[in-house]
Amino acid sequence: MIRMFYSTFWTTIALVAFTTVSTAETMKLAVTTSFNNSGLSDKLLPQIKADLGLEVQLLVVGTGQAIRLGEAGDVDAILVHSKSAEETFIAAGYGTHRREIMYNDFVLIGPESDPAQVTTAQSAAEALGKISATSALFVSRGDDSGTHKKEIALWTAASLDPTTFDGWYRAVGAGMGASLNAAAGMGGYILSDRASWLNFKNKGDLAIAFAGDPVLFNQYAYIPVNPDLHPHVRNDLALALEEWLVSETAETLINGYTINGETLFTFNAQR
Amino acid sequence: MTDIWDGLAQAFWLLVQLDPTLIEISARSLTVTLTALVVASLIAMPLAAILAVRRFKFRRVIISVINSLMGLPPVVVGLFVYILLSRSGPLGGLGLLYTIDAMIIAQVVIITPLIISIAHQSMRDLWSEYHDLLISMNTTTTQRILTLLWDGRRALITAALAGFGRAIGEVGAIMIVGGNIENATRVLTTAIALETSKGDFALALALGFVLILLAVAVNFATHWVGRTEREGKW
Repeated sequence: MIRMFYSTFWTTIALVAFTTVSTAETMKLAVTTSFNNSGLSDKLLPQIKADLGLEVQLLVVGTGQAIRLGEAGDVDAILVHSKSAEETFIAAGYGTHRREIMYNDFVLIGPESDPAQVTTAQSAAEALGKISATSALFVSRGDDSGTHKKEIALWTAASLDPTTFDGWYRAVGAGMGASLNAAAGMGGYILSDRASWLNFKNKGDLAIAFAGDPVLFNQYAYIPVNPDLHPHVRNDLALALEEWLVSETAETLINGYTINGETLFTFNAQR
Repeated sequence: MTDIWDGLAQAFWLLVQLDPTLIEISARSLTVTLTALVVASLIAMPLAAILAVRRFKFRRVIISVINSLMGLPPVVVGLFVYILLSRSGPLGGLGLLYTIDAMIIAQVVIITPLIISIAHQSMRDLWSEYHDLLISMNTTTTQRILTLLWDGRRALITAALAGFGRAIGEVGAIMIVGGNIENATRVLTTAIALETSKGDFALALALGFVLILLAVAVNFATHWVGRTEREGKW
C-alpha cells in the first residue's frame, strides 16, 4: 500500500515536471488584481490558448507593481488601469504603446446601516465628503495600485487630503480582496472595482453605497514592454495577444461576461 | 465557525474526488520543497559536520551568524532573490524569475541555515563522544566527518524535517519569486493566500487542511523509512 502510494506520488511529480516544460508558447502578462479576481481572466485565457496556441501566464499584482515588473523587463506586457502612471511608463520608454481595451467602474462599498448616509449623495465627491465629515471608518488599499491612485484622485477632487486624515482612515496596504476582507471585518467604507466586489465571497453586511458617477469610470489599457530596452521580451507574442484582445472574439467574451446577471466590463478598443 | 466546517467538508470532497487542480498544486508544493530540501541538506549537513570537527579562526562567529540566519524573514529572502533574478538584476540573464527554480532557490536560502544549526548541535554532541576514539584511530578528517554523518543520521533526519516544515508552509518568498502563476508556479500556500484574498475562506481552509495532511504524511513516511533500518544504534 505504501509502495503504491510512493509510486503514485513520484508519477504525479514526474507529470507536473513534464507539464511545466510543455512546448506551447508562453508569455508573461502582469495584470491588476481586479482582472483576475473578477473571474474574467478565466474566460479569456482558455480561448486565447485555443485561438493562438499561446499560454498567457498571469502575474496578478497591483498597478504599481505591474509597472515595476514592466520596467524591469520581467514581463512581456502589462494590462493595468491608471492612465497617468501608464503615460509616464510610455514616456520613459518602457512600453511601446498604450492600447485601451475595456472599462468597468468603481463602486463605493459600505455597511448596510450606512452611518455616513452616503446613499443619498449625488456625486462621488459628495459621498466622500460625507464620510470625511462623519469620520466613518474608511479602508484604503494603500498599496499604490490603480484603485488606490483612483481613490486618492477622488479625495483630491473632493478637496480633501488623505494624508491629513486621522484614525478613521485606514490604509491596509493590501490587494483588493484582502482590503475588502478588512472592510468587512471593520464595517468600513471602501472603494472597489465592481468586478472584484461582485466576485467577492465574504461580503458580510457590506453593500454598494454609491455608484454611477462618471468619474468612477475605470479604463483598462494594454502596454507591450519595449523590446529595444529588454531584448529578451517576447514582443511578437505580446503583439499577437494585443491583436486578439481587440478582436471580435474578445469583444463578445468581455461584453458577455456577467455575474448574477450584471455586466462587468465594457469593451471599447479602437480597431 | 461555519467556515471551518465548510472548509473541512470541502477538503474532504476535494480529496475524495482527487481534484486535478488540487493534485497538481500539491505535487508542485512537494516538488519545490523536496528539491529545496535535498539541495539544502547536501550543503548544510557536510558543513555542520565540518563545523563540529574542524577548529579554525572565526568558527564561533560563523556559527553565531548561521544561528541568527535561522530567523531570516522569508519575505526579505524573496525580495532579495527577486532583485538578483530580475531581468534588470545581476543574474537576470538566466531568465529564472517566475519559475519553479526561483522558488527552489529562495527556499534553499531560507532553510539551509536552519538545517546547519540543528545538524551542528547534534554533530557537536556526537563529536565530543567520538573525539578520543576517532583521534586514537588516526582517522582522516573526511573519515571523521563521514562517521559523524552516518552515526548521527537520525538527528540529521530531524534537522531535515525541520527544514521541510519551514519550507512547505512558506508563502512570503515564493509568492514574490514564483508569482503564483496558475498552472506554472502556484503551490498550496500561494493558492491559500489567493483564495483568502477572494474571500473564499472555505476553499482556502480546505487547501490548508490538505497542506497539513501533506506535512503529516511526509513525516509519517520518514518515520516509516526510519523504522526499517536494522543496523546501528537506532
